[in-house]
Amino acid sequence: MTDQSAGLPAAATVPTGPRQRALSEFWHYFSMNTGAVIGLVVFTLLVLTAIFAPLIAPHMPDEQFRDSLLTPPMWQEGGKSMFILGTDAVGRDMLSRLIYGARYSLFIGLVVVVFALVSGIILGVLAGYFRGWVDTLIMRVMDIILAFPSLLLALVLVAILGPGLFNAMLAIALVLQPHFARLTRAAVMAEKNREYVVSAKVAGASHLRLMLVTILPNCVAPLIVQATLSFSNAILEAAALGFLGMGAQPPTPEWGTMLATAREFILRAPWVVTFPGLAILITVLAINLIGDGLRDALDPKLKRS
Amino acid sequence: MSVVVEGKNIKRDYHVGGGLMRGARTVHAVKGVSFSVEQGKTLAIVGESGCGKSTLARIITLIDPATSGDLLIDGHKVDIAKDGLSKEMRRKVQIVFQNPYGSLNPRQKIGDILGEPLIINTDKPAEERRELAHAMLKKVGLGPEHYNRYPHMFSGGQRQRIAIARALMLNPRLLVLDEPVSALDLSVQAQVLNLLADLQDEFELTYVFISHDLSVVRYIADDVMVMYFGEAVEYGPRDEVFSNPQHSYTKTLFAATPRADVASIKARLAKKAA
Repeated sequence: MTDQSAGLPAAATVPTGPRQRALSEFWHYFSMNTGAVIGLVVFTLLVLTAIFAPLIAPHMPDEQFRDSLLTPPMWQEGGKSMFILGTDAVGRDMLSRLIYGARYSLFIGLVVVVFALVSGIILGVLAGYFRGWVDTLIMRVMDIILAFPSLLLALVLVAILGPGLFNAMLAIALVLQPHFARLTRAAVMAEKNREYVVSAKVAGASHLRLMLVTILPNCVAPLIVQATLSFSNAILEAAALGFLGMGAQPPTPEWGTMLATAREFILRAPWVVTFPGLAILITVLAINLIGDGLRDALDPKLKRS
Repeated sequence: MSVVVEGKNIKRDYHVGGGLMRGARTVHAVKGVSFSVEQGKTLAIVGESGCGKSTLARIITLIDPATSGDLLIDGHKVDIAKDGLSKEMRRKVQIVFQNPYGSLNPRQKIGDILGEPLIINTDKPAEERRELAHAMLKKVGLGPEHYNRYPHMFSGGQRQRIAIARALMLNPRLLVLDEPVSALDLSVQAQVLNLLADLQDEFELTYVFISHDLSVVRYIADDVMVMYFGEAVEYGPRDEVFSNPQHSYTKTLFAATPRADVASIKARLAKKAA
């Protein structure tokens, strides 16, 4: 009964359009998951911080205060109210660097995941749908990529392409991409022989329509989870490359690079290591929570009618 | 009366790839089957599991090509392996599957499921597609409130009605029903069979009805074909086949149908005691 009263007025007030209706429905299911909403709030704050970094940050990220090296956070003994989270070994304000660092980390995660996801989905769908030699060719190449230790392969790629943030992102995307391809292929193979796919075929759907409209939407749930996990992986691997001098170059306030360069002060000035680590942890946690909520909201089987 | 579908000596072989220790083999799934169905009539294909019923159904539905033999739909010869398939042909034959839980896309709403064949095959505007879908829902005994729901919100019988509605959206001439009621409860079976009979009258539909349930076949069929290991061992009008089966397999099949009248129970007990 509630379903009927909810369905009919929505159908009567068509002007909102089907897309907006789908969006409001999605939000309804997403908002049922408290963790996901918290994750989304944290993530939104992070994105806003990244966008408005110049307005929020108290100092410039690479401005050095030579008279206050390794100042502890303001609530500790010897802390200054000028530097809320303290300063690092060359006297740069930690808070400002973290705020600017959000830009880099989110950008790296986003670009890497988009690259890996798009290429992985295309290859995986092709392999799973057509099978035969297409499948063999694509999957053997993926196996070769997977056979290398991922960091080593990224390192080799960056060494070939030349060090720098963009090349590092490309290399990480290439290393993460086989996971997406395999997941997609497995899901497509499972779905391909289901009767609803045959029905769509009998209705006259083309190969492209079958792949993208009929099969792919039924494969997104594991891909979303993998994408959120890869987001954190991408940030961490970019940090590792930065540490080895192959990723973001030192003055850049990238969290991973900050973490790596502050390693030697871990006992003397723990805040230099703690705060970038916390920033990564909170970001990754928030994104994983969102991924969980997305999966629940996108899977009709988990919806309550 | 015009003949809607005709098969002449249809064969289908599957090649089973050889493993390390054995060579490749060929499995003859359908070994030269011929049949013809007139408009508005129902041909029932009966047989045990693995006898080639569903393979034949896939050939008639133009999903898989036949290895050899001719398939004529409305008098036109169709060979999807050679010529591909025109949209016009596609619209003439539709199928309803056995399992109503697997044959509807779980991510599509009922309205989208019903509208999809129209999007692909026609250029009707969205408003018209919507009206047609609503009309079809009503015809199969569902209401407009079901338009925006997902398949998992329906019972098996309702889903099968939706599958039938989808098959009818393109106004096909021929409907292949691959065990459409064997996954349903008895009471729901009767409802769906009655619906199919009503729709056949209304749209002058031709049915090819695949089943292993003889009581269902007796109810709905005009002609009956019995298949056994890929061959049609019996083919004729329903009453003739049921009253005077010729092949030994057909006799066994009919004898295997459980009977509940007193005389047969007594006979069975006497047999057991002996």
